[in-house]
Amino acid sequence: MTEINLDKSSVRDLNVELQGGSSGDKFSVNNTVGKHALSVGLTTAVNVEINGHVGYYCAGMNQQANIVINGNAGPGLAENMMSGEVRITGNASQYAAATAHGGLLVIEGDSSSRCGISMKGVNIVVGGSIGHMSAFMAQSGCLVVCGDAGDALGDSIYEAKIYVRGNVKSLGTDCIEKEMRDEHKAELKELLMQSKMNHGVEEFRRYGSARKLYNFDIDQVDDY
Amino acid sequence: MSKDNPTLIESATFPRHVIAEIQRAAKTGIYDIRGFGAKRDIPTFDDLVFLGASTSRYPLEGYREKCTTEVILGNRFAKNPIHLKTPITIAGMSFGSLSAQAKESLGRGATIAGTSTTTGDGGMTPEERGHSKTLVYQYLPSRYGMNPDDLRKADAIEIVLGQGAKPGGGGMLLGQKISPRVAQMRNLPEGIDQRSACRHPDWTGPDDLEIKIQELREITNWEKPIYVKVGATRVFYDVTLAVKAGADVVVVDGMQGGTAATQDVFIEHVGIPTLPAVRMAVEALQEMDMHRKVQLIVSGGIRSGADVAKALALGADAVSIGTAALIALGDQSPEFDDEYKAIGSAAGFWDDYQAGNDPAGITTQDPELAKRLDPILGGRRLANYINVLTLELQTLARACGKSHVHNLEPEDMVALTMEAAAMAGVPLAGTDWIPGKGGI
Ligand SMILES: Cc1cc2nc3c(=O)[nH]c(=O)nc-3n(C[C@H](O)[C@H](O)[C@H](O)COP(=O)(O)O)c2cc1C
Repeated sequence: MTEINLDKSSVRDLNVELQGGSSGDKFSVNNTVGKHALSVGLTTAVNVEINGHVGYYCAGMNQQANIVINGNAGPGLAENMMSGEVRITGNASQYAAATAHGGLLVIEGDSSSRCGISMKGVNIVVGGSIGHMSAFMAQSGCLVVCGDAGDALGDSIYEAKIYVRGNVKSLGTDCIEKEMRDEHKAELKELLMQSKMNHGVEEFRRYGSARKLYNFDIDQVDDY
Repeated sequence: MSKDNPTLIESATFPRHVIAEIQRAAKTGIYDIRGFGAKRDIPTFDDLVFLGASTSRYPLEGYREKCTTEVILGNRFAKNPIHLKTPITIAGMSFGSLSAQAKESLGRGATIAGTSTTTGDGGMTPEERGHSKTLVYQYLPSRYGMNPDDLRKADAIEIVLGQGAKPGGGGMLLGQKISPRVAQMRNLPEGIDQRSACRHPDWTGPDDLEIKIQELREITNWEKPIYVKVGATRVFYDVTLAVKAGADVVVVDGMQGGTAATQDVFIEHVGIPTLPAVRMAVEALQEMDMHRKVQLIVSGGIRSGADVAKALALGADAVSIGTAALIALGDQSPEFDDEYKAIGSAAGFWDDYQAGNDPAGITTQDPELAKRLDPILGGRRLANYINVLTLELQTLARACGKSHVHNLEPEDMVALTMEAAAMAGVPLAGTDWIPGKGGI
């Protein structure tokens, strides 16, 4: 286990060290005090444990790495993640996993507005609740919410899937509740297991695209 | 007034094209979406002229005395700045809006001419990376196809905040251009209209931009120059904020800049022309003592070496071309006039880049049409064109006695109209009057 103390090392030093790690290497990062761009652009299956709160874009564009944050995160946690796993024990601010293409993001606490905005294949599991406009223009992947969802969930959603256990304050344009078929139950079960969330799949409802906005239609203009 | 019948007087308020648009709107119920840039008459670089050297200054001998054109972009923070042979670069145009062959042609042409090309919405194609010696990777709000591997393969990164044709607007790629490959690269179903967001999904405002730039640098080892591209509106403030946020290079795109698909009302009515935009950007840089430290690239309606020379004389470090590069490849060619006519247009007027049925095979994803453009020939034509612009630029610089094109200065020019004098901040010809600046 290599320890990196951000009291002594700069963010640049930290990222150079983590980006240079080999698969299986273990790192612990301390004294983060809300610094930005921590543990970004990793490309190998290193294990990183970050103790403390982090600022913007922690774990940005992650590939392969397994990153655990014991604290809260600022905006853009795991933005554009490609693969690997990022887990946070606290809450995440806006735009968590924005545009992310793959991998798994687990937020044990709550996530603020625009969680999963324009997501492109990532799976996101939130233990608590999420804010408004989450999964806006979400393209693919799954957003699982064990608590409640805020206003305008899944507005202008494409092919992403949303599973919510609690209440949905309102659905966004073109987002509708959909039938939970066996393949959805199996997918959700797997995600709950991977993220270590202890809920039954039957407690969730599924939401997705009505696909009415896919091609411009003048008679739909009031929906925008 | 009609040529044939002098008693027929055309209304200045309702000329034929305005009437046609009302009729079209009433029939279809949807606004006009098109490509190309603004078509209205606006003040341009044509309204400026150079004062060649004479008694008080001496000119340089053409072909004999050196007039260099090299430019270095991005040496503020990046470890590996961009070195170009000519200050004429190729603007970002997406694969999706353009065919793979067109992108390859741009890469080949730019590489022969010793300049850079730029990706666009939709990501980087291997053809484009392979054929472009220097490739700038656009980081756009949609993040279609955006991934850290391509980011690391790029020679520079351009964060796009806006485009001159549509400052404040997002992108649009209509269903007819969403081929299987385009759909796969963008992670969306085939055949649906694809909208690109108008603002970035994970930040708002200049303070966030600074952190975003830090993140991109951390991911690419502080090697690559970071450009910030804005559509010309509040240019002074936008350039100031981009520099404060840490940009190495600022790209300012004027309102007449081209687009692949935008509402006509947006193209014609939002943003300011390139002419005042250059001056405002340079003033912002000078005020921060950052002129020539953060480089300025200007685009929007650059067509000739004269345009390039005037942009540089106003203080730009380089220019970018979009529409003119497509024309060099074969867009608007009379060779296809019959086909343009068959789709309701004509060579020289065609602007339906969004439609996907481009007779010249450039703005299309139809494999049969795309085959019409031979990337080797296209690349050669583009290189020829860039070389001509460079020669013209040198001709004008030598005439003003400059041994490097960057030595051109506002003092070398005067304006032919009061509007251009005010916008460019150079005196009206024959006076020392710059409107807004006092004087006699
Ligand atoms: C077909 C086409 C596609 C374009 N695609 C993009 C794009 O993806 N991203 C972008 O920032 N600008 C895009 N632009 C704008 C150009 O980068 C550039 O700003 C503009 O073309 C410059 O003006 P000019 O066409 O008068 O040279 C596009 C322009 C055209 C003509």
